[in-house]
Amino acid sequence: MTSPNVRQWVSSNAWVWSYAGAFLVFVAMLPFTSGHGVIQTTQVALQFSTFYVMVGLGQMLVIALGNGNIDLSIPGVITLGGFVGLGAGGDGPWGAATAAGATLLVGISAGLVNAIPVRILRIPPMIATLSSGFVFQSVAIAYSRGASAAPPALLADVTTHRSAGVPDLTIIFVFLSVVVAFTLRCTKFGRTILALGQNARAAGLTGLRVGPTITFVYIISSTFAAFTGLLLAASVGGASLDMGQDYLLFSIAVVVLGGAAISGGRASTAGVWGAGLLLVLSVTLLNVIGVSVGVRFLVTGLIIVLVLGLANRRA
Amino acid sequence: MSLLNHTISQQALDAPAEAFVELAGVGKQFGAVRALSDVDLRITAGRMTSVLGHNGAGKSTLIRIIAGLVKPSAGRVRIAGDAEDKLSPRHALSLGIRCVFQELSLCDSLTVYENTRVLHPNLTGRRWRNRSRALIQQSLDTIFPGHDIDVNELVGRLSIGRRQMIEIARAFTVTDVPVRLVILDEPTSALDAKAANQLMQFTRRVRQEGCSCLFVSHRLREILDYTDDIVVMRDGRVTDTIVMGPNVSASILVEKMGAVHDEAPLQAGSPTRKADGRSVVDITGSNGSIPFRATKGEIVGLSGLAGQGQRELLLQVLSATQRLDSHCKVTGKAAYVAGDRQSEGLFPLWTVAENLSIGSLSKVCRLGVISLRRERTLAERWRAALSIRAPRVAYPIRLLSGGNQQKVLVARAFASEPDVVLFDDPMRGVDVNTKTELYGQVRRLADSGCTFLWYTTEIAELWNCDRVYILRNGRITEEIPRHALSEERVISASFERT
Amino acid sequence: MQSVTVSRRNGLSGLAPLLAQHTRLAVPAVALAAMVGFSVILQPRVMSYFGLTLLLRYSEPLLFATMAQLCILTVGDVDLSIGPFISLVNCIVSVSATSSPTRCALELIGCVIGYVIMGAFIQVRALPSIVVTLGFSFIWLGFALLTLPTPGGSAPDWLVSMMAFQPPLIPMPILLAVMVAVVGDILLLRTGYGAILRGIGSNATAIQQAGWSLLIGRTVLYGAAGLCGVLSGLTLSGLNTTGDPWVGAQYTLLSIAGAIIGGAEFSGGIVSPIGAVFGAGIMLLSGSLLSFLDISTDWQLSVQGGLLTLVLALRTFSAWGVR
Repeated sequence: MTSPNVRQWVSSNAWVWSYAGAFLVFVAMLPFTSGHGVIQTTQVALQFSTFYVMVGLGQMLVIALGNGNIDLSIPGVITLGGFVGLGAGGDGPWGAATAAGATLLVGISAGLVNAIPVRILRIPPMIATLSSGFVFQSVAIAYSRGASAAPPALLADVTTHRSAGVPDLTIIFVFLSVVVAFTLRCTKFGRTILALGQNARAAGLTGLRVGPTITFVYIISSTFAAFTGLLLAASVGGASLDMGQDYLLFSIAVVVLGGAAISGGRASTAGVWGAGLLLVLSVTLLNVIGVSVGVRFLVTGLIIVLVLGLANRRA
Repeated sequence: MSLLNHTISQQALDAPAEAFVELAGVGKQFGAVRALSDVDLRITAGRMTSVLGHNGAGKSTLIRIIAGLVKPSAGRVRIAGDAEDKLSPRHALSLGIRCVFQELSLCDSLTVYENTRVLHPNLTGRRWRNRSRALIQQSLDTIFPGHDIDVNELVGRLSIGRRQMIEIARAFTVTDVPVRLVILDEPTSALDAKAANQLMQFTRRVRQEGCSCLFVSHRLREILDYTDDIVVMRDGRVTDTIVMGPNVSASILVEKMGAVHDEAPLQAGSPTRKADGRSVVDITGSNGSIPFRATKGEIVGLSGLAGQGQRELLLQVLSATQRLDSHCKVTGKAAYVAGDRQSEGLFPLWTVAENLSIGSLSKVCRLGVISLRRERTLAERWRAALSIRAPRVAYPIRLLSGGNQQKVLVARAFASEPDVVLFDDPMRGVDVNTKTELYGQVRRLADSGCTFLWYTTEIAELWNCDRVYILRNGRITEEIPRHALSEERVISASFERT
Repeated sequence: MQSVTVSRRNGLSGLAPLLAQHTRLAVPAVALAAMVGFSVILQPRVMSYFGLTLLLRYSEPLLFATMAQLCILTVGDVDLSIGPFISLVNCIVSVSATSSPTRCALELIGCVIGYVIMGAFIQVRALPSIVVTLGFSFIWLGFALLTLPTPGGSAPDWLVSMMAFQPPLIPMPILLAVMVAVVGDILLLRTGYGAILRGIGSNATAIQQAGWSLLIGRTVLYGAAGLCGVLSGLTLSGLNTTGDPWVGAQYTLLSIAGAIIGGAEFSGGIVSPIGAVFGAGIMLLSGSLLSFLDISTDWQLSVQGGLLTLVLALRTFSAWGVR
């Protein structure tokens, strides 16, 4: 009796697949790690997937807008956020706060730089964000001249500290994810995002405020990316020019693997975590097995392409 | 040399009385909707057959079946004497069937001659461009002498009228397969008087050479002047077949289209409204359009053939509530109910409650946060009020029947407590019971002071209205008060007599 | 007398479409000429056989990458995987072209087939090209890193000497650019099937209803893009003489920008191979021009990305003007 109900529940909650996958990979990894290693591996996996989730949440909101909205400027914003944030921070007592303030500013301006061409100039989001991403990247290059300031002590602590074995960052971003999920479900803003992604014409005809919503979503995405840059840089002791490189595909991958619709209208915050864990654990597993970096890229690409092909059945 | 010298095979000339297309008992079902039932039709070689009918009569389904775009769910299709069970667009093309549709099938980014090539895969070789240019140029020159279309121009840069001319001319180009039947669906609506006249004259010449035409038009004059056989359709059936003669007149055609009164018009409540209340919607007349006015608590119908500017009128009213429009004054808030549920109304991934509350989120918000409890209460209230058949309000909307989905959309509009409700033919494809229930709701809400602008493609629905405006070619051409409303009057106003 | 059907265009309104038709090509052509002129003023030595050869070094890989992107843009898709694909070709050539030419050739054919599969996948599953190509970019990169984990290897001598070949009078890059422009123009704009392919990008339903296969169309274009990608990788290998799995990264943006600036539209159906050659030239010179002006090359990405946005913004504005 329950089987059709379960099936129906799973089909409308596609994010469970990402957890199932993550769990399977985790189990597959067990023979390769002995006792103590499991906890450590899990902690590292959590730490890394937190970074994927940070960018993934913003990308998820943008993709949920539907109609070709996507944020390809994320790597550029990450790099810029990292360099500018650390550059503004310094060693003083207010170092962490100024760093955060500067990063916020980077995020908001980058979001506006993305949103204006998309909304006013009607440039396809993909191209607008791709080219603005390159602009951010080169601003970062020019700003940094290759050198990065050291992170403020407080920030470095936050990014490496663990409470009861769980990284502080993970706790913070679980909380933020709950806020994002709540916003999507229980605010007019969140409902407008989802409505737009499902049926943009209907959203307009219902009288929802379409334009400001789009702008705000791009600002949120860039802000998440900028903070990812700051925290990523703080966690490794300094920003680098290629720190954002992998995050373009991964930000999209966690959204798609997490059960959101690429065409928009369906977002899954829980799925972003599951997919983040799945990706990080797969990479960890491949590392543990000892395959080369090439295989890791190959497998990641294949997972994404295959999941896309399976998930998006033609209606 | 005439363009058509080589269009018609000798065989067609030998047997002019032969039916080129023959439909027997053809029916078509779209989901629960029966678009065509038991249609028999003969299109004779060398004659023009007109299909006449009001909205929803089944004209477009019929021509799409003959063009191979839609597969019939019942009956037989014979073309040139052969049974064609699996008619595809490509196959129809190879049998000599060409289509000119209202929605243009040209590629904007290609030139005129390149668009010609799309229809003729055998235009190959080094000089294909010259041959394609010559082909379309000759066709254009023959049909529309004196036209000024440059065949090297990109189609996207041409006006709608010129594109329509190209679409028509392209349908008559011939490389290997002779043209046997041309389907002309409202071909003249985008053309000006001269080009329309040229086209109609040309159809006479093609017929002399054995080519048949299937013609759909809302201009009765064209039908009377040029047609050989008239097929009258109503509710998916062929109700009459008339051979053109001197005694056939526009009035007879109008009568035939509305003659079958097999059911009493559905209506709820008595229309006792006077049109002298406070004015809610005011549109000044212009450019051949009479002024439009709707007062508080009035139900105003918008009718005419589909796509004559009724939707645009509703959208104009909707946008006038948001920004200033000097021609259109609207007092209060408007809510729009889409008829095309899938593309303009539903949020398919959401539940009934979410779909219902999206129009009135501020009513269920507390401190900017949606109270899920209040949302549920609101949804429950409207589910009961409109008796929406869903197991619970948290039920996915896509699992509801079409009628119940439509009720949710109506409830969405009603729940936002609007001053004006804009109906964009919302009862399309809705079952009779649901319709009757909704009619009652509309009347009740109107009695409490809400104004309705109700565009409908079903004439029977107009009996729910206090006043009716008829639109034609984007203009409001006629106002019919309730007491003067009759099916014949609506049909007669929908079609152009001259 | 009867009303005139279609009023003859008067002089003024006739000028607008004429201009619009040619601005697509004229804008990049004028922009490129201005950039060359500016370079000559700043650096007079440019205006010689060797100066030009030097200035236009590395134009060949970019040229072919832009053509690959052009093929994809024709059907209204976009290819975010062309950069890593060029890296992959570069790695294959550097590793095996000298030692086992047959294997190298087979692998390169496999690469083109990979592109065909990518196109078929997008068509059959009705997926957005952007996400699929992004996924495939990791696959290409993975293969590149498997073939050649760290920079190294060497391109075959014949390829290196071919790229160093100096024809009389006209520098090689210019000759090649003209050839590519002519071939591209003939295939896409002047053949009958080219019209069908562009039609798919413009109104796929109409093309399908006329009986053409969208699957064949898309795979043909993706195959052609793969072929151009291979040529791009080959010429890059000849210029660099060595392999590097990360070498192609920049070509993704450059190829998109080059094709778009050269007159292609994102919505599909509108492309210009000749314009794309100009566009690739503009992208190439934007770097050299910065260095002539003593501006840090740090800003090169900004200029290239900014140019792309600027051109699209201007197009939106001119569309407003027409309305």
